[in-house]
Amino acid sequence: MPDEEAYEFKSGIKPTWCPGCGDYAVLNATHRALTNLKLESWKVAIISGIGCSSNLPHFLTAFGVHGIHGRVMPIATGLKLANPELTVIGTGGDGDGYGIGAGHFIHAMRRNLDITYIVMDNQIYGLTTGQASPTSLKEMKTKSTPQGVIENPVNPIALALASGATYVSRGFSGDPKGLAELIEAGIKHKGFSLVDVFSPCVTYNHYNTYDYFRPKVYSLQKESHDTKDLGAAWKKALEWGERIPLGIFYVAEGVPTYEDLEPAYKQGMPLKQKLGVQDPKELIEEAM
Amino acid sequence: MKKGEVSFRIGGAAGDGVASSAETFARACTRSGLYVTTYSFYQSVIRGGHVWTQVRASESPVQCHGEDPDILICLNQDTADIHAKNVTDGGAIIVDPNAVKMEKSGLKKGVTPVEIPLLELSRTYSTAQIMKNTVALGAVVGLLDMDFDVFVSVVKSQFGTKKQDVIDANVGAAKAGHDFVAKANLSLQHPVKYTKDRRMLVTGNEAIAMGALASGVKFHSQYPMTPSSSILHYLAAHGPKYGVIVKQSEDELASINLAIGAGFGGVRAMTATSGGGFSLMVEGLGMAGMLEVPVVVVLAQRGGPSTGLPTKTEQGDLNLALGAGQGDWPRAIIAPRNPQECFDLTVRAFNLADAYQTPIILMSDLVLSESYGTVDTFDFNVPIDRGMMADESKPESFKRYLVTESGVSPRAIPGQKGFQYIAGSDEHMEDGTLISDVLAGLPDSLKERVKMHDKRMRKLKSMLKETPGPELWGPEGADLTLISWGSTQGPLREAISRVNSEGKIKVNSLEYSYVFPFHADETKGILKGAKLKMAIEGNYTGQFARLLRAETGIDMDYHMHKYDGEPFEPRHIVSKIKEVIKHA
Repeated sequence: MPDEEAYEFKSGIKPTWCPGCGDYAVLNATHRALTNLKLESWKVAIISGIGCSSNLPHFLTAFGVHGIHGRVMPIATGLKLANPELTVIGTGGDGDGYGIGAGHFIHAMRRNLDITYIVMDNQIYGLTTGQASPTSLKEMKTKSTPQGVIENPVNPIALALASGATYVSRGFSGDPKGLAELIEAGIKHKGFSLVDVFSPCVTYNHYNTYDYFRPKVYSLQKESHDTKDLGAAWKKALEWGERIPLGIFYVAEGVPTYEDLEPAYKQGMPLKQKLGVQDPKELIEEAM
Repeated sequence: MKKGEVSFRIGGAAGDGVASSAETFARACTRSGLYVTTYSFYQSVIRGGHVWTQVRASESPVQCHGEDPDILICLNQDTADIHAKNVTDGGAIIVDPNAVKMEKSGLKKGVTPVEIPLLELSRTYSTAQIMKNTVALGAVVGLLDMDFDVFVSVVKSQFGTKKQDVIDANVGAAKAGHDFVAKANLSLQHPVKYTKDRRMLVTGNEAIAMGALASGVKFHSQYPMTPSSSILHYLAAHGPKYGVIVKQSEDELASINLAIGAGFGGVRAMTATSGGGFSLMVEGLGMAGMLEVPVVVVLAQRGGPSTGLPTKTEQGDLNLALGAGQGDWPRAIIAPRNPQECFDLTVRAFNLADAYQTPIILMSDLVLSESYGTVDTFDFNVPIDRGMMADESKPESFKRYLVTESGVSPRAIPGQKGFQYIAGSDEHMEDGTLISDVLAGLPDSLKERVKMHDKRMRKLKSMLKETPGPELWGPEGADLTLISWGSTQGPLREAISRVNSEGKIKVNSLEYSYVFPFHADETKGILKGAKLKMAIEGNYTGQFARLLRAETGIDMDYHMHKYDGEPFEPRHIVSKIKEVIKHA
């Protein structure tokens, strides 16, 4: 059994988020999930991009990369492949994951690596002081859209289902306990897990507030939703308006992960292999 | 034809198998104990257009593909129309008279037209169009009095033991061509001495890939882009057997970040691209500089700007490599001059990346990356230096970004108990804590920022000490010194040898494979005594000459720039040298 300090994931660095920011709940939920899972903090790596939410790795005691905007998934993928024994978690915001990093998001999902991606979706750019984000709702007025957004928002859940993610879920900072459960189940899931989180920005998004979500959200798991049914998940992914579903939309168990299929691991884990070519005869002969 | 060597050219349309036939011939020459260099002229089309490959084979080392061909195989009319008139005195031109009409009046004296019904002869062995190339190759083997068994051995290696029918067909077709010229009593009577010496024949890209394997690369990510793609091909085919994870990524943004992720994870990681992809990697490179993650990036240059000339060569990306990324971060730029250095300097790049925990950029160009060249052999037993790692026994005092004199801090890797840290792309303190948000600009943070920036940038000084300066080649006290970087070495040295052998003037060459950090002191020392200086490089603005001037204050007397997409040939340089001397 790992020793007690292993579960101590709080780094002691005080978050710099605004009072009331939804990201506090995500940090606490992540902390709780890691602790519940009894993971050793040095075997966990948290990769983030840029944005308010991407500061998260600093507030935990795991290894981490606080990288550049939008590249969470490739950094996490490279790390996970280099050392599949690590628990690798990506964190960031909707601008990071669904805007500048949208391409990587899709490709990470179709690869089905055993990683978890927690996206703190506040439907606004906060750190740059309030511009529209890829998930900002139509007609929303922001600094960059004073006449109102005229684009359709990205639907991360639908995108994830279409891209082959094997665990697709949505949480809400107003429901920290439920959120922690989703994160925990996501980390436990063998394969790519998405936890999209409604994490309200109390400073720049006065529309999608806690009070906006509270009367609308409901848990899929409290209704008779079959998480194995992709068609049902798809239907729920498109539900928006008076009722907005939270919880697990879809889980595909037993799908081989990217790591399962990687041929190089037949030679052992990359970090444990001897470096270089011990017997180069074949390579030399082939070139003669 | 020159004594002791032969230049072979085969031309046709894309899809005719020009490059693969040329490779077969190049391997036959290599196995005949000759030194070989090739060049493929091709276009950005998959079918049609005009393509040709030249194979220059010689008793003594050659390092460029030469100039006019001695032997020409015309697979189509274009090839005859464009190249036949350039075939040298004493050479031969092979055509299929049923497909190509050769205008004999335009040929140089002493050129033998060899008309062989290539397609007809090949039909006995295969219905594949490409088999006619093999008939032609057999004829060339005959014309050059090469050992037919050597050719057979190459065919066998290419198709392996599993495809005996393909081997038989190829050998039969080649024999038909061989017998045809024998029956016609055709031989070029060209004295090239064949030996049993064994060498490797590799492209620059293959040499880089082999260097990476020897260095213990465990992760390679790449998005296809000419002329870097064959690094991906080689490693995808060979890597997994040596435990190398090889990934084609969705774009170059991903390639560099995948490699950085793997590098952060503690394995040796590499990516490769050309200028366009490198442009996308720029933000990632800067991050790696900031996170202090080792990564090797191969930048195989092609004609720019933008998508430019995708299948043509240039040395136009030096400014890009030097200036890649916002702000200042320490990097090294290494430009191998030949296939041997492609291997050796890749090894060096990995060691520098680990020792200095920063991106190392390895620059080649299309000619070096894609041309074949012979090397004696590669010694895979290379030194591997993983650099400074954290003291396992002292996790409590670990500071990932500890300020040191060399600028290098002890590194820990994820999984090491007690060594957790956050690698931050924002400015940070020794322990990784950010000074970019609530601490930004406060008096203590100002000091921290300067301390940390100084630390990182000190790596440049340390790397400068560890890397060798430029090589001065040729006679001392020269009338003219040619200054170059990277792959220009081959044609340049050949040009110098030609000029010097005439005995009228003396020319030497100052060559850089370690381009940055720039060896200013050595350069100043060497160039102090130079009478005339001319920079030769494959770009419009003289990017290297500008770097040299910026670092030393030394201006060139003359420049030679080439940016038409084709490689330098010795004769271009010879005439430029003569022109310069005349006007000096």
